[in-house]
Amino acid sequence: MSEHQAAGRYVGQSVRRREDLRLITGNGRYVEDVAWPGTLHVAFLRSPVARGKIAQLDVSAAQALDGVIAVYTGKDLNYEVKSWWQTMIGPDAPQPPRRLLAEDDVRWTGEALAMVIATSRYVAEDGVDLIDVDFDTEQAVLTERLGFDGVAADTENLVHPEWGSNVAASLPAGNPLMPESNPALEEIFASAAHVVTETFNQHRYICVPMESRGIIASWDPYREMLEIVAATQSAHEIRSAAGRMLGLNENKIHAVAEDVGGGFGQKMYPTAEELAVIVVTYKLSRPVRWIEDRNENLLAGGHARREDMKLTMATDSSGKILGVKAHHREDVGSFPLPSVGSNASLSAVLLPGPYDFNQYFFSGQAVFTNTNGKCAYRGPWMMESVAREQMVDVVAAEIGMDPLEFRRRNIIQPDQLPYTTATGLVYESVTPHDTLEQAAEMIGYDAFRIEQAAARENGRLLGIGLSMYIEASPGFGILGAEQVNVRVDYGGTVLASTGTGSHGQSVETTIAQVVAENLGVDFADVKLVQGDTATSPFGSGTGGSRTASVFGGAAKEAALLLKQKVLLVAAEMLEADPSDLEMDLGVVSVAGNPEAKVTLEQVAAMAYAGAMMLPEGMEPGLDVTFRIRAPLFMYSNATHAAIVEIDPASGAVKVLRYVVSEDCGNMINPMVVEGQIAGGVVQGIGGVFYENFVYDTDGNPLTTTFLDYLLPTASEVPIIEYGHVITPSPTPGGFKPMGEGGAICSPAALINAVRDALTPFGAKVNSQPLGPQQVVDLMEGN
Amino acid sequence: MSEHVVELTVNGQTHLAKVEGRKTLADLLREDCRLTGTHLGCEHGVCGACTVIVDGAAVRSCLMLAVQADGSEVTTIEGIAPGNGELSSVQQAFRECHGLQCGFCTPGFIVSIESFLDANPHPSQEEILENISGNLCRCTGYQGIIKAVSLAIELRDKAAAPPELVDDGGVVRGAV
Repeated sequence: MSEHQAAGRYVGQSVRRREDLRLITGNGRYVEDVAWPGTLHVAFLRSPVARGKIAQLDVSAAQALDGVIAVYTGKDLNYEVKSWWQTMIGPDAPQPPRRLLAEDDVRWTGEALAMVIATSRYVAEDGVDLIDVDFDTEQAVLTERLGFDGVAADTENLVHPEWGSNVAASLPAGNPLMPESNPALEEIFASAAHVVTETFNQHRYICVPMESRGIIASWDPYREMLEIVAATQSAHEIRSAAGRMLGLNENKIHAVAEDVGGGFGQKMYPTAEELAVIVVTYKLSRPVRWIEDRNENLLAGGHARREDMKLTMATDSSGKILGVKAHHREDVGSFPLPSVGSNASLSAVLLPGPYDFNQYFFSGQAVFTNTNGKCAYRGPWMMESVAREQMVDVVAAEIGMDPLEFRRRNIIQPDQLPYTTATGLVYESVTPHDTLEQAAEMIGYDAFRIEQAAARENGRLLGIGLSMYIEASPGFGILGAEQVNVRVDYGGTVLASTGTGSHGQSVETTIAQVVAENLGVDFADVKLVQGDTATSPFGSGTGGSRTASVFGGAAKEAALLLKQKVLLVAAEMLEADPSDLEMDLGVVSVAGNPEAKVTLEQVAAMAYAGAMMLPEGMEPGLDVTFRIRAPLFMYSNATHAAIVEIDPASGAVKVLRYVVSEDCGNMINPMVVEGQIAGGVVQGIGGVFYENFVYDTDGNPLTTTFLDYLLPTASEVPIIEYGHVITPSPTPGGFKPMGEGGAICSPAALINAVRDALTPFGAKVNSQPLGPQQVVDLMEGN
Repeated sequence: MSEHVVELTVNGQTHLAKVEGRKTLADLLREDCRLTGTHLGCEHGVCGACTVIVDGAAVRSCLMLAVQADGSEVTTIEGIAPGNGELSSVQQAFRECHGLQCGFCTPGFIVSIESFLDANPHPSQEEILENISGNLCRCTGYQGIIKAVSLAIELRDKAAAPPELVDDGGVVRGAV
């Protein structure tokens, strides 16, 4: 049942953020700010070559340096690893042959092969400079040189000889849930009025949190306790990973994420360097910390987005989509996370998006290369939207239809709900129709077409691009059950705790809003603790756009359960029927008799200290836990619309307007929702127009500073305009996922706008990035 | 490596430190003064997270050596508010306009903007964008930051008394 929660006292309000006061005054506490006495500092020696044998590795000069405590190489650390897997994937999923430090050979430029532990980072870096290392360099295996299929076909030069192939994963091969072929689709392709095939490329662009990775860890053998503070999206995940690696019981590990300076997926799973720090403190029994610098973060902090997708789409003569076939190719680098880094299985399921068609086939292949491994990046599966939304425009052009009209004809209509996609997903409360119409109206689509035609007469290149998607937040496996604890303490204030790992998402504020609203107390009296394995229930952290939808739902249920308990205790005190009681702002009163009331503080005193007076069978205390069972997927949807202008002389693209119409169900905090959208959209602007992580054909990275890897600045962004359609989800609270959508949907809207602007040139705009040079090349037909 | 004695005033307090010649001002502030609000986002002078005010000018403390700051007067994010328990106009505006998410880049933005508005109290929109383009943010898409600069200008013009440093959980906008 949908529950449309009208804006309440707190839920639905743009409440100011709890987090801000400390962060705007310089009083945040990020991992680099944590200082433990006697802490040792780490610097890594990283491979300068992409592939080769380690011919020589002499660390003696480094070891002799004043201030250096220890130097470790692969053979000193790798044997300590007992087990290495990610909770979401499980112990049986395939993994590349993981190692903390390169041993015998190196497999990507930037791979750490030695680790200097010293009294300061300055001295540790001096130590790194003194290490004598030499390589027998080998030809690197790279999609940049061989292409995706070339890498897959190379059986002689293997990224991981232990794996036996450069193919990391493929679909549908080996997936019992996916068909090997779809003859009905092939029949459609043979007879349909329009059949179009096109391939869309995406380049390597990456998360770039402003705070790089970092960890401080300390093993105390006398207390048998491993303390960890890390820049992580999931304190529980790093605790589990440390326990597996060392063979140490999790209850001897305490992991905390203090303030975390962004992540976008990169901080979801512990990486080799962080785990190496944990092994070193376990060996030395002294606090050890590693704070990654920016050069390391760009080089080694996890890469993303290098993939392509070939689509074939068939329509009838009226432009109705009849079927889609997709082939997806991914470069997952050398040591991707999690598992083998492939996002194809999620792309496969989500590719139909908001469109109505029932014949479908998906295949895909991921290849290992001698580059930095792929990590999760905000909507890791997003190639399905990037490719599909471009394909829609390409097909619309092919059949001579405006892309807005083509979408109107093909999206799932309100009367088709609940709708089962060609991939078996069931949408109950999505609104592609509403967001498409709202976005088209907000951007003035029809008026723009008139303006565009006039501009073209004057030599101005204006373009409009639409993009739609259904954002699915996964709720399977470890992602499918999250817990919120809510308790009223003796003083009558509320402490909630949960397993989130906020790294910018405002969770301390939004979850407190949900609890305050549903419990019936003042927001100022609710505090949330999270990101701490000792005080938070087990949880998978913040990622996958699940904080509002899953944790928020659990927070509502927990608060309602606690409220029931409060009313039961208050009923004893007021000698009233619990069903006649209501709580507002922490005061319980009898309906129709406002004089009969007790405060939450009084109820708490009774619940904890007055157990003798509670009814037989009632458990004393005011402390509730609720672990929610999430559906397989929860869905939100949006339409993005962009208007760009291209400078015909320089090829520079300016985004003139950007409209997002989205439906994330009930909004807990509209200000936070819009902030999440904006951040995602601008990451798309960066990815399409500015950011490009480049390797040369020998596997040398060319973009390891912010002078080469260009992030968008305030001058490159338009004012983003928001439209909200509110259709609650059928889950508690009615909240839907929305954290990743801005980054998933924006690239295609921007590329489509450029494609539209370049229509007069007949240019084929199927590749990114679209920097000035690429745009000039497109205009000149290169 | 030889060490040098550096004496500087940070947020009105005198600090004396013995530092290697290669130590950056940022590291001196963070490690020797324990003022960790100054953040290091790139250590090559592009992101602006480490911006502090040295003798009236906004500088990137990752590119300045501690010894170069000998005898200087430095203001960091911890000293930008007019008084204890108060917020500066820019701090207040960042909070009102959702000018931050993870908050890592925020100190650099706030210090840069304070310094910019001190020098140019009524900038054009173009000047505002140009100024804040010297700092990188990865979370907000700059939307709240751009709004915050305009609000800060208004607040400065009104010379509004800074609010008490309390978390009142106030609702600042109506429901959408």
